[in-house]
Amino acid sequence: MSDYRVLPGPEHFLPPAAASMGICLPNPGEAHINGVIAPEEKAYEEAARQFLMAKVPTIFPGPLVLWAWNEKAAKKATAVRHLFNTLVECVQPGQKPMLIPMPDYRPKYPKINPEVEINPNHPNLTIWHNRIDCCMFIGVHCHQANLSLKIIRGGTSCYTIAMCAQAGHEDAMLSFRDASVEKIMKLADTVKRLKGTVQPRLASAKNGVSS
Amino acid sequence: MADIHSVIGTKNKKGQTYTDTWKMMNEAPRTPSFYTGSEVIKEALRRASCDVMIAYPITPQSEAAALIGELFAEGYIGDYFRGESEFAVMSQCAGAAFGGARVFTTTAGPGTMRAMENFPMWSGARLPIQMIVTCRGINSPLSIQPDTLEIAYLLNTGMLVWHAETAQDFFDWILKGYMVSEEPDVHLPLALCCDGFFVTHTKDVVNLTPADMCLPPYDPYRSPVPCMDMECPPVRMMRDPFVMKSNYISYATHASWQQEIWAAVERSRKHSIHWLNGLIDTENTDAEIMIVASGTAVSQGREAIRLLEDEGVRCGLVKVKTLRPWPEEEIREATKNAKHIFVPEFNVTGWLAKEIKATVPNHERVHAGPHVCGGMTMPPEIIVSEIKTALGMKTFSLAGRGS
Repeated sequence: MSDYRVLPGPEHFLPPAAASMGICLPNPGEAHINGVIAPEEKAYEEAARQFLMAKVPTIFPGPLVLWAWNEKAAKKATAVRHLFNTLVECVQPGQKPMLIPMPDYRPKYPKINPEVEINPNHPNLTIWHNRIDCCMFIGVHCHQANLSLKIIRGGTSCYTIAMCAQAGHEDAMLSFRDASVEKIMKLADTVKRLKGTVQPRLASAKNGVSS
Repeated sequence: MADIHSVIGTKNKKGQTYTDTWKMMNEAPRTPSFYTGSEVIKEALRRASCDVMIAYPITPQSEAAALIGELFAEGYIGDYFRGESEFAVMSQCAGAAFGGARVFTTTAGPGTMRAMENFPMWSGARLPIQMIVTCRGINSPLSIQPDTLEIAYLLNTGMLVWHAETAQDFFDWILKGYMVSEEPDVHLPLALCCDGFFVTHTKDVVNLTPADMCLPPYDPYRSPVPCMDMECPPVRMMRDPFVMKSNYISYATHASWQQEIWAAVERSRKHSIHWLNGLIDTENTDAEIMIVASGTAVSQGREAIRLLEDEGVRCGLVKVKTLRPWPEEEIREATKNAKHIFVPEFNVTGWLAKEIKATVPNHERVHAGPHVCGGMTMPPEIIVSEIKTALGMKTFSLAGRGS
């Protein structure tokens, strides 16, 4: 097993892909936390804890859940909205949950508006601008999610979570696989259950900004 | 939207049953058949639920390409046509794959070289195209004979590269190859190589799966990138930034993109091990003398081992099945007891020996050879001779009969 751990950055001028450092994706029924395979139940707890600790916990929904291209996508979008509303209900004063879409993957020039969107080619700009210290990707095509997750790990201290509908993401600090409406709802339930039990790191937050 | 599980057990327009691939490959009855390698390619494609095959003639793959045309005429392939050149073929394969089709093509030697620009594009665009490479000489003066030099050029394209030893490997790996390269965490093209003529034009007994079973269709909705859209990468990136921009973000994005391709090659390791029963096969790994080879050099190495056994020399074998992903740990483990590692190859540069030297500790143990190329055969006796010479044993020259 690899000694490498997938941790919040800023890691490197050009951090390695976690897969090339020996980090493997979880099998069905599993997740990974920091690159170590873990039971999915533990991942729900850790993801919820990270959300509740963060000053700006943020969900980045991608095209696969933003557009109602089939019935399943529409249901997932409703579940994502429910998770966001749950975060809003469960955080303490001073915490600011956000929901920022990744509507497409086009490079945005001359300048992205980080207030309203995130882009896989320069996701760090949205993280820095909004001082996001914990985020979750959902509904982003796997290739684009991996690009984003690695660039975020390279240049920010943001904690990254992937709720992936396929095999998961090594480049996130925590990754679920085979995401479904049920899994999103279960994460929301876990956030609700842990409400008030986790101390937000408001005083010491660096808010995803690398010095 | 296709749902793979919902079509299992149903029939396609030819009356074949979409079958769980693991069951089809491992549990279904097999029928021994006496076929050339080219005919085996056709029989594998008959069972592959392939949407598009694009052909261009170049020896020694022309026969396979033509036979697949017959499959199209019989209704087993969705579409089939001849491109204008190998470069055009590979570009057309990309177009079909961008559009969400399961794509197959075949090429060889100078054709591979002519089309080379497309291969990193395929992998960069995450297109799970399968390309058969029936290796032959590539340099001037022209040779159509077996030579594996072209594989060396494929190793850094970001494609998966497998090297079949036999027609049986070919049959099984064409079908299993789609299962690996279409995994969403892999989703890369596969170059399935063999030694031209030795495999394509010789007959062998091959155990075929039932012709009335076929692979489940490709599901493009599991792709890690969207199907082609002029407003989405990679198309948008080809006509727009970031290749046209000179700034840190553009460079960093492109760097991350490249890393992601090689991460996907790494991820294919798990799936390749599952489907191929390991990235290498081994025999006698406790021996102090090991032969490490890929392709038909494995067969020659196996025969050399038999000859050496007759002389009381114990020798082991590593058959390298996948060159990408590279079985680094497996080779290190399999050769840990070896004092001498011989790497017979059908090419002049010894690219496999270089890979082995970069992999094993104490690489002075690696003997890069014997080499043959340009269509020469590799009699097992020359492997035996190379080994005996290295061991200080008396051996006879195979170069000629003397005056």
